[in-house]
Parts: sequence; C-alpha cells; structure tokens
Amino acid sequence: MNQTIRRLPHARIEADSTVEFFFDGRRYTGKKGDSLASALLANGVGVVGRSFKLHRPRGILGCGTEEPNALVQLESGEYTEPNVRATLIPLYPGLVAKGQNAWPSVRFDLLGAVGLCKRLLPASFYYKTFMWPNWRSWEWLVRRIAGLGTAPQAADAERYVKQNIHADVVVVGAGRSGLEAALEAARDPAKRVLLIDSQEEPGGRLLGSPVPEERSWLANALSEVAQRDNITLLCRTTVNGYYDNNVLAALERRSNHLGPRSGNAFRECFWRVFAGRVILATGAIERPLVFPNNDRPGIMLASAVREYTHRYGLTLAREIVFYTNNDSAWQVALELHRVGVKVDAIIDIRGAVDSALVEGARDAGINHYLGTRVINTKGRSGIRRLKIQRAPADGDPSVQSVESLPCELLAISGGWTPTLHLYSQSGGKLQYRESDACLIPDCNNQNISVVGRAAGEFRGELNLQCQWLTPDVPPENQWVDFQYDVTAADIQLAARENFVSVEHVKRYTTNGMSVDQGKTSNVNGLGILALATDREIPAVGTTRFRPPFHPTTIGAYAGIELGALYKPVHLLPAHKAHLTCGASFDDYGSWQRPVCYPKPGEAEAAAIAREAVAVREAVGLLDYSPLGKLEVVGPDARAFLDRVYINNMVSLKHGAARYGLMLNEAGIVIDDGVVVCLAEDHFLLHTTSGGAAVIHRHLDEWLQCEWTDLQVVVNNCTTQWATMMLSGPKARDVLQQLDCDIDLSRESFGHMQYREGHLLGQRCRILRASFTGEVSFEVSVPARYGQSLWKILMQRGANMGITPFGIEALMLLRTEKGYLHIGADTDGNTMPQDLGWGGAIARKAGDFIGSRSLSLPVGLDADRLQFTGLELLDPKGQTISGAHILSADERTTNGYVTSAVHSPNLNRTVALGIVAGAAQRQGEEVTVFYDGLRQRARLVSPCAYDPEGNALNG
Amino acid sequence: MEKYSAFGLLRHALSGHRRWPQVWRSAELKPNYDAVVIGGGGHGLATAYYLAKEHGITNVAVLEKGWLGGGNTGRNTAVSRSNYFYPESTRFFEHSLKRFETMGRDLNYNIMFTQGGVLSLAFSRHEMEIFRRWATAIQVQGVDCRVMGREEVSEAVPLLNMSPHARYRVYGGFMQQRGGISRHDAVAWAYARAASSLGVDIIQNCEVTGLNISDGAVRGVQTTLGTIRTSKLAMAVAGHSSVVAGMAGIKLPIVSQCLQAMVSEPIKPCFDHVVMSPQVHCYVSQSDRGELVIGGGADTHPSYGQRGNLPTTESVLNAVTEMYPAFSRLKLMRQWGGIVDITPDASPIVSKTPVNGFYISAGWGTGGYKAIPAGGETLAYTMAHDRAHPLVEPFSLARFAQGRLVDESAAAGVAH
Amino acid sequence: MIRIECPWCGLRSESEFTCGGQSHIVRPENPAEVSDEIWAEYLYQRENPRGLHRERWRHTYGCRQWFNVIRDTVTHEILAVYHMTDSAPEVSGGRE
Repeated sequence: MNQTIRRLPHARIEADSTVEFFFDGRRYTGKKGDSLASALLANGVGVVGRSFKLHRPRGILGCGTEEPNALVQLESGEYTEPNVRATLIPLYPGLVAKGQNAWPSVRFDLLGAVGLCKRLLPASFYYKTFMWPNWRSWEWLVRRIAGLGTAPQAADAERYVKQNIHADVVVVGAGRSGLEAALEAARDPAKRVLLIDSQEEPGGRLLGSPVPEERSWLANALSEVAQRDNITLLCRTTVNGYYDNNVLAALERRSNHLGPRSGNAFRECFWRVFAGRVILATGAIERPLVFPNNDRPGIMLASAVREYTHRYGLTLAREIVFYTNNDSAWQVALELHRVGVKVDAIIDIRGAVDSALVEGARDAGINHYLGTRVINTKGRSGIRRLKIQRAPADGDPSVQSVESLPCELLAISGGWTPTLHLYSQSGGKLQYRESDACLIPDCNNQNISVVGRAAGEFRGELNLQCQWLTPDVPPENQWVDFQYDVTAADIQLAARENFVSVEHVKRYTTNGMSVDQGKTSNVNGLGILALATDREIPAVGTTRFRPPFHPTTIGAYAGIELGALYKPVHLLPAHKAHLTCGASFDDYGSWQRPVCYPKPGEAEAAAIAREAVAVREAVGLLDYSPLGKLEVVGPDARAFLDRVYINNMVSLKHGAARYGLMLNEAGIVIDDGVVVCLAEDHFLLHTTSGGAAVIHRHLDEWLQCEWTDLQVVVNNCTTQWATMMLSGPKARDVLQQLDCDIDLSRESFGHMQYREGHLLGQRCRILRASFTGEVSFEVSVPARYGQSLWKILMQRGANMGITPFGIEALMLLRTEKGYLHIGADTDGNTMPQDLGWGGAIARKAGDFIGSRSLSLPVGLDADRLQFTGLELLDPKGQTISGAHILSADERTTNGYVTSAVHSPNLNRTVALGIVAGAAQRQGEEVTVFYDGLRQRARLVSPCAYDPEGNALNG
Repeated sequence: MEKYSAFGLLRHALSGHRRWPQVWRSAELKPNYDAVVIGGGGHGLATAYYLAKEHGITNVAVLEKGWLGGGNTGRNTAVSRSNYFYPESTRFFEHSLKRFETMGRDLNYNIMFTQGGVLSLAFSRHEMEIFRRWATAIQVQGVDCRVMGREEVSEAVPLLNMSPHARYRVYGGFMQQRGGISRHDAVAWAYARAASSLGVDIIQNCEVTGLNISDGAVRGVQTTLGTIRTSKLAMAVAGHSSVVAGMAGIKLPIVSQCLQAMVSEPIKPCFDHVVMSPQVHCYVSQSDRGELVIGGGADTHPSYGQRGNLPTTESVLNAVTEMYPAFSRLKLMRQWGGIVDITPDASPIVSKTPVNGFYISAGWGTGGYKAIPAGGETLAYTMAHDRAHPLVEPFSLARFAQGRLVDESAAAGVAH
Repeated sequence: MIRIECPWCGLRSESEFTCGGQSHIVRPENPAEVSDEIWAEYLYQRENPRGLHRERWRHTYGCRQWFNVIRDTVTHEILAVYHMTDSAPEVSGGRE
C-alpha cells in the first residue's frame, strides 16, 4: 500500500496537525480527524489483523461498523479493550493499538501455519474428529487457539451512565435521508425530534462526498438542525437494540475519541430511548464480491475507498482497480479520477454497462473490462496481481481469454445490503428484491418507517447483475466471512450434508457468527446457499437479527449501579453508633447489621460467645430495627388476620400479643411473628427481619385480588420505627433508669404483653416478647430517635454491665432455646404439622390460607421432615449447619442440621434440625454427616437451655 | 452411517469434501407410524433415537415445525451438571450427565463436552449454610461435589471481584468438577444423525395443527403436511407445551416465559469454569470459540416472544459487571431468547397423560438442555412400555394433586 | 420494553411493575369440601395461552395497587387495563 505523504485538499482532516500513535509497537503519525484505520492506511500499513481460524493476513475492508478484519487490541491495563474496529476509533494523541490473534505479530504470524492444513479443516470438521481417545485430550489445544483479543485483567478504570430520553419522533441515522426526515418531522413545533447518529460527526455518506453541492447541502442541513429547538442531535451514538413499544437502546461514546484518562466523568452513556415514531435512515452496507482469494489485504469495498479518498484525503495505492457488478462502483471510480486519483481499470461482470459510465471511464483514461470476472489474486502480504477472465462474446467457453493485471488496491462492489438490523429486531419482516439482490422492509407491527438507502432507495439504479460466487473455479478459496474463514465451499458442504435451513448453515459453517455478525457476509451466504440447494432466495429465508446491532460495552448496561449502588443497602438508624461501638457488619437480607462487636484483637467467635454470655448473665442491647412491622387497620382487620394466620386471632385482646404462623396457599410456612392488638380494628404484625416487604405484598395481594369485600388496609411501618431489644436478667433495671410513663414492673407488664407510652418524652411502643429466652423489652421509638436511644441505653446500662450484641449472638441464644427461625430451620416444604402445630390446626374453626393443602397426601406422609433438637453423643463434638442426618443404611438423607452453635452457656454443641418423622423418634440415635465425617447424635427437644422458662418470666 | 474420524476427514479431504453423505436423511412423511414425536429439538430427537435403539421401534417420525434444534436446544447456554439437592433430581440428572460424558463416542459425533467444572458462589453467611446443606446432599448421593472457601474460590476464578468495594462479599461456593459445557447444536445433530440412520423419519417444517383422539386414546396427528395415523404420540415442545397439550384437552401446570442468553465477543481463554450465583444473579462460562456465554433469570412475565426484554438484559449484565469488573470493557455481541416451561416446582414433567398413548415431556424450565439424553431415554421407555421409567416416576403429572412437588428451590433456596 | 398504563398513575415502564400471572382464578368457595384434584387445579393449572392473556400486575414501585391487564403474550401488546374487581372486557386484535 501507498504511504500518503500529502492529503487531498478537500479532506475533512486538519492537514497541518500531527497526531502520534503506536501500532504493534511502531510509532506513526496521523492527522486530527483520522480514524485509526485511515491513519494506518496513510502510513501504508496493509496487514492489520489475522483471521480467526486459519490466521490469514487481514487488511482493512470497510470504513465503519461493517469492518470484519481490522480488529485491534486498544490500549493496555485497566484501559484495554479487545476487538476494536480500527475503522471506528477516532485517532487521538498517544493511541496505542496492537494486532490480535497472532504470534508474534500480525505481519508475521507463526500460527499462519494453520492455514496450510486448510484442506483438513472444512466447516465444522471438529464435530467429526477429536473423539479419540477423548475430547479432553484435544480441548486444551483448540481452546488456546480460539478467541480473538485478550480480556482485561484489571477492573475497568472508567465509568458508565444510563439515561432515559423521550421523543415523539426518533430518526436513526443523520445522513441525507435522516436529516431530511428529521427536518420534515420538526416542522411541527410541537413534536420533539431526536436525531441519532453513530459517526464522529453527522452526515453519513455525504462526509465522503467530493461533490461541492452535496457538501454545502450538508452544511446547510446541519445548521438548520442546530437552529431547530425541537431537534436534539445525539452524535457518536449507535442505536443497538429495538424492543417492544418502540423502546430503543443506544450507546453514546462520550470520551473514546479523547482516549483513556480523558477526565470525562463517564466513558459511555447508555440511552433508553422511548419513541413515539421511529424513522430508520440507517443506510446500506456494500457487499464484497465472492471470488478466489478475495480476502487479501488491499482488497477493499468501493464505498470504503471512496470514504478514505475524499473524507480522509488518502491516495491509497498507485494501481487501483475496481471490480463490480453494479453501477455504484463506477461512480466511485469516476469521482476518484475527478480529484486526481488515478484509477487503472474497472472490471465489470456485466456484459453491458450504461453508456454514460463507459464514456466517463473512457474520458478519464480508465481501462474497463466488461463481461469479465476476477478468477484469482496474487500477492504475499497484500494483493499484487489479478487474474481476470473475459467471457466470450458468443458464449463459447473454449475461447475465454485470461489476462493478468497489476493491482495494488482492488475496490470491490457486489451490491448493497440495506441496514435493517433494527427493523428486524423490531419484529419487522423483510422481503427480497430481485433487481438489486437485496432485502428490503416488508411489514411491521410497530410505529416505524424506513427511508433512504435502508429502504432500498439507492438514488439512481444499480443495474446490478447478481453473482453470488464465481462459477467454474474452485469454491474452496472464495471467502464469504473474512473473519471466521468461511468459504463458498463450506456453505456448499453444509448443503451437501443436509444443513439446508439458513439457521443450520449459519451454525454449521459459522458464517455470520463473527464479531461483525455477518454485516458483509450474510447475504452472500444466503445467495450461495440458494444456488447450492436450487432454491430462490425468498424460499431460503433469512436469519433473525439479534441485538445489539454493534457490539456494546457490557459495563454500559450496568451504568453506575455497581458496588454500593448495585443493590440498595439498608443502614440501621443507629448505624453510626454501632460503628462507634466497634461493630463488624455484614449483609442480612437487604440490611447491613452488626455481626458482633469484637474488642481489639478478639476473634469473631469469641466476641459472639462473650456477648451471648452477657445477655444470659446481665443484659445485652441489640438493634432490632429490621424486625418487620406491618400495621393492619380496618373494620374487618380481625377477620382478615384470622384467615391469614393458622392461629385463632378472633380472641386476641387489646394490649395482648400472640405468636402466629403464616402459610402460603400451598400450605408451606412462610412467616412467623408476634401479633399485637392495638385496638379493636388495629393490629401490629411482626414479621421476620427482611420478610416485611414480602409479607406485605402477600397480604396486599389477598386483600386487593381475592377478598376485595374486606375493609382492611395494610401498611409496612418497619422503617418508621427504630427498635432496640434489651435482653437479660437486668433488662428491666436498665429500662427503669429512663423516664418512662409505662409501668414496667413484672406484675403489670408480663411476658407477651404490649404497651404504648412515652419514653424520655417521645412516643414509644414496648413489646415484651423474647427471642433469647431472657426477659426482653423490644422498645420502638420513631426512627429518628434510634441513635439517641441506643446511646442513652448504653450509658445508663453501663454500671449494670450492658453489652451490645449482634445478630450472631442472637442466633446463638435462640438456638440454645430452640426457638424456630423461619427460613433457616424450615425449608420450602415445611408445613405447620412439622413444627408441632398439628393440634392447633385441628382446633381452628374456619378456613385460612393454605389450610386445604395441609390435607393433600403429602401432608400426611409419615416421613415428613420435622423440627427437632439434636444432641451430639460426644460432649466435645461439633457440627455445622448444613450437615445431614443419614438414613440407617447411610445411603440417603434423612434430614439436616439447620442451626448449630457452640453454646458458651452449656459448654457444648447445641443443634437444631429437620429430620424425617422426628416427632415420633425423640430419643433415637442418628448419624450426622458432614465433609466425610460421621457423628452420632440423639434426637431431643429443641430447647436446650432453661426448658422451664424461668428466665423468661423473671 | 458413515463413521466419523480423523482418518475419514483425511480421506474426504482428498476428494475435496465433495462426497460427505447427508447427516440425516430427507424423509417423506408417511401416513402411518408406530410412534410419532412432536418436536425436533434435542429431547424429541433423543426420544426417537432411544425408541429405535433400545426398544426396536424404528417406524418413527419426528415432526418439527421449524428447523431441527431451533427451539431451546439451539438457544441455551449449554451447561450440563447434576448438582441437585433431591435424590429424585440427582439420580435423573446424574444419569444424563454420564450420557453426556460418553455421547461423543456413543453417537460418533464430537459434541465437545468440556468438563471445566460448575461452581456456585455464595454471597452471604446464610447462603453458605444452604450451600453446605446442598453440597452434602450431593455427596450423600455419591456425586462429586466440593465445598470451597473464599480463598479457594478466588484462586479458581481470578477475575472475580474480591475487592472491599464489592457490594457482596464472596463467602465461598461449591464445585461440581464433572459439570461443563458442550456444543448445543451438535447434540441435536448427533441424535438426528443416529436416529435417522436407524430408520427414524425426521420431518422439518411440519407443524402439528391438531390431534386425533377418540375413546380417550390417540389415533393420529394432523399436520401442515397432512394427517398421520399413530397410536403412540409424544410431545417434547418446550415453551409451547401448553399449546400442544391443549390440543389433547389437557391443561398443564406450566407458564411459558422467555429466558435470555447472550454472548460477548470472542476473547482468548480467561475463564475456565461455569460460574453461577443466585444472589448476584447471572451465570458465565467461556465457549471453545472464546465467547463469554452469559445467562440469568427468566423475563418476569408470561411470554411466547422469542426475544427477551431490555430490563432483564440490563440486570443480567449488571450482575456480570459487578462480579467481574474486568469484563466491563468487553462487548456484548449477541443476545437472544427462548421460551421455557416454568412449572410450580421447577421440576420437569415426563409422564403418561389421561389420554391413552399420549405422553409428555415438558416443564424443563431453564435446565432442559442438560436433560436431553436422560429425557429422551426415559420418554422412549415410557412410550414403549406405557409405564413411567423409574427415573421419571417422581416427575409425573399426577404429583401436583398429591402435593408431592420436587422443588429444588424449596430445599436450597436457589433456582435451577 | 412493555409500557403499562397504570389505572392510578398513568403510563410507566415494566420495570416499575410486578406481573402476578393469570387473573380471574376462582378460589373454591369451600376449600375443605373440594377434592385434591380440584384443589391442585386451582393451585397450579394455568391457561398459559399463546396470544391474549388476562393477567394481573402490581405497580410495585408506584401505587402498589393490583389491576388486570389483557396482553398478547407473543407481541406483548397490551389491549386493555381494568380494575381488579371488573370483569374482563371484550377486546379485539392481538396477533393470535
């Protein structure tokens, strides 16, 4: 390839600028306004990549998103990006890129040796071999050779953002048709128009036009767009997805043109576009011609040659030859001549070409060969010569003449493929137009229209003569998919093996499955398949286009929702106070809660044990705010609760609290908690921490959808209250230190009672329930006072040895007591009869949610897993939640350990579990199994500590 | 059937690969079959193959409304594993996994089953407890499975986000080393080739429009290519099970939903295992071609639209980026959707039905691919003997009225 | 992306809503008296049509109200939105 010393004067680059960049370790310079591809071409770099399978040298084929060859690894470290199209990277100072899929370099690639075995490697050869001795023996090798660029090893250093945008009319593509459509739509000042263009600047093909009138038309149109208040122009933005209801996904490149470390807050913006109407002006992509060795560097789409010449001002080669089957390439050749770039020849498959074109070529001194095919190309790292074959005038093949031409750049055009990926994604059907051998829009359910080249309006006839592959010469080296090394022979082989569905051919040959997703190869593949199976193209059909249109940065789909923003973190009202107390935190459901409060140097387990002992011996303080608090209000509230809980709620008295169990309609236990009657028509439901939202939804659904006649409202008040649990023999003493208008004495405020009043002058709700087995006061105050309540309780309790305790100590204490923890000690099959509630169900009159399911055959099984305590026979033995109880023959599971702690108060392991038929097997010995270790244990009552409940009522 | 081998490849290379035979015969639809299978995906083709191979029933037609393997067989993420909680599930899927391990040799078609291991990650203490319970369940059943701590996980998946800024801390996980990925198309083609060579007629572009049933028994099938008489009819039409069963007047406990899958651009090998996580919900593996293959949860509403919606794509890729911050700069190349049958317990239904001679294989949820060999084998047995294969007895249609659901998520808190 | 006209809040994107599946499922009036089969049908069997589906949605990240929708399960087009207590309106259209 030529090295361009001086750019053509009409180029859209800054001729006096110098931009330094590096490719494969070498330093080059380009101009401001260049793409990496144009800058490489300006420097005469011909080989920029290697193909996927056979490592054939690859040069630049296109000039935009269609590029299958020029894939590079851009930058390094936390800024590196594999598989970047050189055609789409604007040149910025200091750009560093490397060729891919080659060793040691794309210019000289030892893996090119794979190409020598080409004959052994037809489409999908791997399904027919590598079976002996087994696939594993080969897999490591195949895996290593596959892949293109290299994944980054470090976290992405840049960030992404997501935004929504609404518009009445969205125009995709700001070429001539798009600009016209946007301006037309914007005539109605009430219409918001959004014009989206994927290039570095709007203009589409006009950017590559040498015609002064076209250039001034563009300038005028752009200034009119700028003047219109109701047009928003989004540049550097590629629409990638078209979803239901005219919702589009688009990616805006905010700082890629500035390179890494640009200082921009966001590298890319992911737009969700909500469109009233969509107008696609997405243009068309030129198709390569399929002929022997059509994949050499130096063979380029005619449209790309046009772009590099006029937009970037390059003189690509000394000997430029065109090869085409339609009129568009002739125009390009003549335009080149007009700006002083010499064109040596035009080779056209067609026997007759529009006389104006032929005369134009003659006047320009361009040789033209009509009725002629290219039947081979020669050259090592780039094309040097062409072999052409002229069809005889009288059709007698014996007099065909073969000629050889020098050629340094071959500009090819096999026709045009309207860019209808988005149209297809939107649910649109395509139809085949024979005259131009292309697929055009047919019908669509969404509010969408297609204009310009995307609709097959090529502004002048193409007069195309179809040639899907070159006949009468071997198909083995006629390439269709340049990236994945798919040849015409591969497609014929697929058809021969009965892969005649277009989807089968795609999957069998991998045609169109490469990074470009078949932008240049799909239609040619379709044509070759039609020939191979003797069908018309419409009968062959097409593959569906899938999003994204152009590969889209994965991080952009995430936006800023990473780290702390990935899922909302619930912090306790007294979070800071816990930090001050030295808490270590962890996720429990959506909440961050103190695990424990380790002293300096204290291990987690030791801290948990110390806290648990303090609760039993003195008093502990736990932030219990996540405890679910639902308020149920209304004249029918009581009746509703009676249907919701398996317990009788009809008799619950004002100020009293009752433990309740809740099922789903399948009879499975989903929640438990204490229900308090605040007034005749007003109840407070406590749910498991983290269960509040789910249970709220559950109750609401029943009220709104099933029992619509009940007058009841449910509200989730969990976060309105901060709840502090004081627990231990001295709990009452601590609370009594505070100014409170509630009589806290043992006599008037007993276990399972509830009071409202004032604490330190603020509203408070106090519940006496216990999840530790000790006297407990669950004190709720408005959330904003949570922190001060915590601090005051810690202060006033100091002389009584108050100890803050975390969730793990609470779990230890409740395990000692054998208190059930829904979700830990139950699973998705647990029914109330498995928890010893069979009697209560039998006594309950009337229906409740899930009641009928309890009497399905499964509910009556004798081997249901039932809640039980487990005592290891070895007093020093330990076990872990997750261990299994084995059947007598040790071949199956008989249940599992659901909670296991080392009890500091009993100085032994205390465990709970659910075990088959446990209720009838109390006292029986079983085998506990974990990690290869077997231990003997006895099934016992769940309550290991203070079974009489003396501490509770103290 | 011509045997595939490296030698054969060499021999065909000498003739320019112009003499390869058809992988499966192009068959003409006959008016009579001993058995008909609706659905030319992996399950349907495997069923036909085992009918012919194991039960000597070779006068069989497989009816496919589109192209072979074009449903969920060609749309999944190609993961095989047997790390299930309940013995009913593990027995079945372990049988299937063993078939996968030998399928290349058994069917003389390299399905490229790469056993890189399937690793499930726990992101909380509670999840780790559940994982221990789960892993132990698998071990008790004699299937390979290993609990791993945080450090071990970090070593196995170097690109995993172990930073203190990660939203969730990695607690550990468990690994089934024999699990892995294969080429999904190849599985369909391998069964098609083997079945066809045993005499099975594979009919593509043939849509079933109605069933002929009289006196409570199957008599035949109406199709777009004509009516066929048969007395044994099975359906394996994941995603459209309710539609076809409806033709027999059977209502199923199934909802159809769209499950998306997606791939990144191909990159050099950097990810050895299949890594899944219920909490940060996504699963990722790397194909032999180098693409990262990504999946997540199903779209959240009933759907027969094989495309997938944007919110789910976003949430799956959000999870991927959170878990693997280095993948942020990779690019998504292709996203698609398949329609899956969701049952109340996320377990399959392989069963006789109230209609004599009509058998169903449905409800495979998001995990039907890994079940293809065992699903086909057991359905074929059930058809041949008019009696459920022991492996699928727990997966009958009747289990729902008994309340005997086999709900993996109930035990493990984790979806399939 | 599905866009739903919440009867209380107006047009919103699907990510604000939760789909609750088939609507108009009739709970047996007296569960204790129905057979296991009938109860299981109520619990588990679903219409699951390919085409128009009457289903219920909740505006979870909005007014939290449940309402009914008729939607085409192939095109995802919404043909009607109506209150929980209303009976399904007659609609025409949809793909199926």
